[in-house]
Amino acid sequence: MIVSIASGKGGTGKTLVATSLVLSLKDNYNVQLLDCDVEEPNDHIFLKPAIRDSETVYIPVPQVDENLCTFCGRCSEVCAYNALAVFPKNVLVFPHLCHGCGACGYLCPEKAIAEENKDIGVVESGHADGIAFVQGRLNVGEAMPTPVVRKVREKANNEGVVIIDVSPGTSCPVVEAIKGSDFCLLVTEPTPFGLSDLELAVETVRELGVPCGVVINRSGADNSRVEEYCREKDLPVLLNIPLDREIASLYSKGLTLVAGMPRWREHFLALFDRIQGLVNERSSCIKR
Amino acid sequence: MKEVVVLSGKGGTGKTSIVGSFAALARDKVLVDCDVDAADLHLLLRPDMREKHEFWSGQTAYIDRDKCTECGLCEEQCRFKAVADYKVDPLSCEGCGFCSHICPSGAITMKENKAGEWFISDTRYGKLVHARLGIAQENSGKLVALVRQQARELAEKQGIGYIISDGPPGIGCPVISSLSGAGLALIITEPTLSGMHDLERVLGVCQHFEVPAKVCINKYDINEENADRIRDYCRGNDIDVVARIPFDNSFTEAMINGMPVVEYSRNGISQKIETLWETIDRSLSK
Repeated sequence: MIVSIASGKGGTGKTLVATSLVLSLKDNYNVQLLDCDVEEPNDHIFLKPAIRDSETVYIPVPQVDENLCTFCGRCSEVCAYNALAVFPKNVLVFPHLCHGCGACGYLCPEKAIAEENKDIGVVESGHADGIAFVQGRLNVGEAMPTPVVRKVREKANNEGVVIIDVSPGTSCPVVEAIKGSDFCLLVTEPTPFGLSDLELAVETVRELGVPCGVVINRSGADNSRVEEYCREKDLPVLLNIPLDREIASLYSKGLTLVAGMPRWREHFLALFDRIQGLVNERSSCIKR
Repeated sequence: MKEVVVLSGKGGTGKTSIVGSFAALARDKVLVDCDVDAADLHLLLRPDMREKHEFWSGQTAYIDRDKCTECGLCEEQCRFKAVADYKVDPLSCEGCGFCSHICPSGAITMKENKAGEWFISDTRYGKLVHARLGIAQENSGKLVALVRQQARELAEKQGIGYIISDGPPGIGCPVISSLSGAGLALIITEPTLSGMHDLERVLGVCQHFEVPAKVCINKYDINEENADRIRDYCRGNDIDVVARIPFDNSFTEAMINGMPVVEYSRNGISQKIETLWETIDRSLSK
């Protein structure tokens, strides 16, 4: 089963929920954590995994052999990203604009375009305290996180429980990380920013056809607006984590909630049971 | 024209609250919300929309089943695994058009995507240029570039001296697009290990694109030891820490009331943010 953890707004507690959830589950399940927030991966800070394997992520970018090139301009004509410019006597390639689709090389009438691999990030795998751990890391200065997210997603172990930590927002890297999950847990906070971005996240997840539920973090005196929204949209609120200085302090030191306050383990186990219940209910509905 | 962009790496450190306050403090400016996939600045500035435009960007392949001979070449060549059973999954399609160029029966056409909307609004504090990326859309970087360009044109036309941008979290495409060519990046961080890790990465991006950066430590008293480590790290890298702001509920209360912090409360926090703006203003004027 694959459960992704997303939020819309940043800083609502995805990492806190993901790390405590895997730690709570590890004694009962075969658990894997995929950190798909490849721009700012943080789970490693909390889980301190021993990294065993590191794989570079490349995108293939064109390399033009100017001895073969007739400067016909076909490559720049077919490139949707303006990554090639053809002049009478030379061709300029802009690797940072290239998506690596391969159209230019395939369509070059002179077969003058080969591909070279451009390193954009890394996928690291290892273990942390009985948890299989995988994270992606986009190189600083690189613009395209999605190919790195895709590589991390390919590491999902389909036998066990896979928990995916997603980046904030609602655009392509978020979609790539959530796509194909059995359930998406949306972490929000009871503030106007939290609610506004939760609404966008719900639209995104529903567009993907993935069922979702909500965790309210920094829950306090007034959750009424977010609860009302969840009722209207038929979204189950699966866990409340209170606004608490001790929790914030644990987080600041890179300690997980269940390590610092072990009583939370049962809440995370109950959260997972509810998710499993919702997923099973849905699949039996579909079968029927 | 002077442009400051507020970034953080990690989300939720207080970018939008600080930008909302700058909106109230700076006299002569255009405001821009560059966080186009989860925009929140409008919740503080309560804009009156004056202009609304569609944002068309990128394409999606479409296979005409009547012309398709089911040869499978498109599926074989697509590197984004967007074609299956002679159908295109629009969420996986990156719009490269490769399939449309190679289809032997000319069955594939590319259709333009409506990828979002952008707006020019009036607020109590001046013009705001903002946007909304369509759900699950790509090209957020292009939309960011577009709203910044619009803000620059507005400022030029009206002789306005400052552009203040609320940036997105992360270090990827929309961050790079918010940053390139700006006069100054103000990074709002928090004294958590995650915040510090992400700060280093976003400072790396600023350095890569040669935009000078300054740092503000928000909620510094959540972990003063970490706040001191941030100060030392910045000192070691020749980066100014221009403010240390304590944790204060007035950030959240102001947000709930739809107001910038400096207008909601007249306490020590507001004075700290005022001093921060003065420092930023001075360094932009250098």
